Amino acid sequence: MSGPIHIRPDETFTLNVGPQHPATHGVLRVKMEMDGEYIVKAETVLGYIHRMHELMGENRTYPQVLPNLSRLDYLGALGYTHGHVLAVERAAGIEVPERAEYIRAITVELNRVASHLFWFGAFVMDLGGFTPLMYAIEDREHILDMLEAVTGSRLTYCYYRFGGLYNDVDDDFIAAARAFIPRMRKSLKKYDALVTGNIIFRKRLEGIGPISAEMCRKYGATGPVARGAGLDFDVRKNEPYSVYPEFDFDVPVYHECDSLARYKVRMDEMEQSLRIIEQGLDKLPDGPIMPKKKPKLIKPPVGDYYQAVETARGSFGIRIVSDGTKNAYRFKLRSPTYSNMSLFDEACEGMMIMDALAMMGSLDLVIPEIDR
Amino acid sequence: MIKETVKQALQDLFPDPPPVVEELVAEAAAEGEEEKKPAKKKEEPRINGVIERDHAAHGYDIDVQLEPGQLLAAVMILDKTGFFLESVTGVDWIKEDQLESVYDFSRFDFDVCRVVIRTRTSRSEPKVPTISKIYPGAGWHERETHDFFGIKFEGHPHLIPLLLPEDADFHPLLKDFKP
Repeated sequence: MSGPIHIRPDETFTLNVGPQHPATHGVLRVKMEMDGEYIVKAETVLGYIHRMHELMGENRTYPQVLPNLSRLDYLGALGYTHGHVLAVERAAGIEVPERAEYIRAITVELNRVASHLFWFGAFVMDLGGFTPLMYAIEDREHILDMLEAVTGSRLTYCYYRFGGLYNDVDDDFIAAARAFIPRMRKSLKKYDALVTGNIIFRKRLEGIGPISAEMCRKYGATGPVARGAGLDFDVRKNEPYSVYPEFDFDVPVYHECDSLARYKVRMDEMEQSLRIIEQGLDKLPDGPIMPKKKPKLIKPPVGDYYQAVETARGSFGIRIVSDGTKNAYRFKLRSPTYSNMSLFDEACEGMMIMDALAMMGSLDLVIPEIDR
Repeated sequence: MIKETVKQALQDLFPDPPPVVEELVAEAAAEGEEEKKPAKKKEEPRINGVIERDHAAHGYDIDVQLEPGQLLAAVMILDKTGFFLESVTGVDWIKEDQLESVYDFSRFDFDVCRVVIRTRTSRSEPKVPTISKIYPGAGWHERETHDFFGIKFEGHPHLIPLLLPEDADFHPLLKDFKP
């Protein structure tokens, strides 16, 4: 073939974004039918990192599945493991000591801040600003160090056990967490001054990438995507679990439905998470971290059980169908980004490709969590 | 509040057996759950109908089992009352030679009400109407369920493998699947 390719004015061409593309943050592929720079039609292709965690959940006993859950979302893994232990505790009727629940809430919120920080850096980098990523990663590093000291790992935590925790927190952790809160508050002000008011940043996001409340409902989008569309929905408030009713925190809601609203929701959420951590550290009761009475072999009674939790990305649900044996009969994982991403095909129609990629960034995708 | 409204609306889908019998079934099921001991009596297949579940014990409120033909009517009720689609999945009941499709619905407001709709088909001919016309978000969920269980969602516009390879001819979550 020689010479340039000529495209007639009415002709469209197909553009493959991914599976390896920096803007997709993982192995995700979007087939886009383009008219110049405008997207006529998009089709998301998944499955490049599909590992069939649901089958593993059926083949292994309940405790053996524990490490799997942190392999879903490597940025906010604790939220997912929290959902899993809560679901099995509900099914098997295991009581959890109060101290364990408080530590769970504190660590989940720390992990949420870490996840949002990384998202913030990567999102601004998608839009061409490299500096905030460096700041964000430095702050995140403090959280990872803290969590590494108590959980033993930096990303793929396996910290929660059915009934409690694997390890109690020590004074060093509490001191580090207390020192982290003012530091992070200062950083949040810095990010706000550095990024939020930036004219290029605002022009790329304001009024761009509309996702309405009705669309969220039809596609089941939750988390910051729904809250950026004016829906006051947070599982921690709407369907309280663990010790969240004990905490005083707000759910940030923005009604603009654009990419900027989703950005603002996450930035405000970090402050709310800090408030939860602060209160959790103040209220942290003494006591055991594992219950005295705990079944040796976990065999939930026949039936099916559902548990939803609010992870950094939205409402994560887990359905366990038990047939009374030590393995789950069915182990369904409902991942939030799966639903959040499913609306992308419809939402990006007619948008310019750079705006669509900015919108994709604002959905906060973690691909292993979509593919499971 | 919404729980009663939706329960009544869904109850109306089942003209017979009459509601009185339905109540008895529901009560019997509720009692069966309360006594935690594994019941010795022979397990009977569940009769189609609406059961109210204890949210604290099960994590959802209303549990509906219906025929595949009634599915769209039930989903339309939920759509009208403002539910959002949480997920669609399947369960393989190989002993009863049945495949179950499970639909989870929830709400965005503070009136907590989780609804589970289940419908069973035979394993040899698993055909269920698609709900992707009502909830476009079901499109991906149904493709995933088709991948894993081979349940055919009739009327689905694009029922090709989503998570499995594009030439996959196996269904890994069927209980007789051999890798």
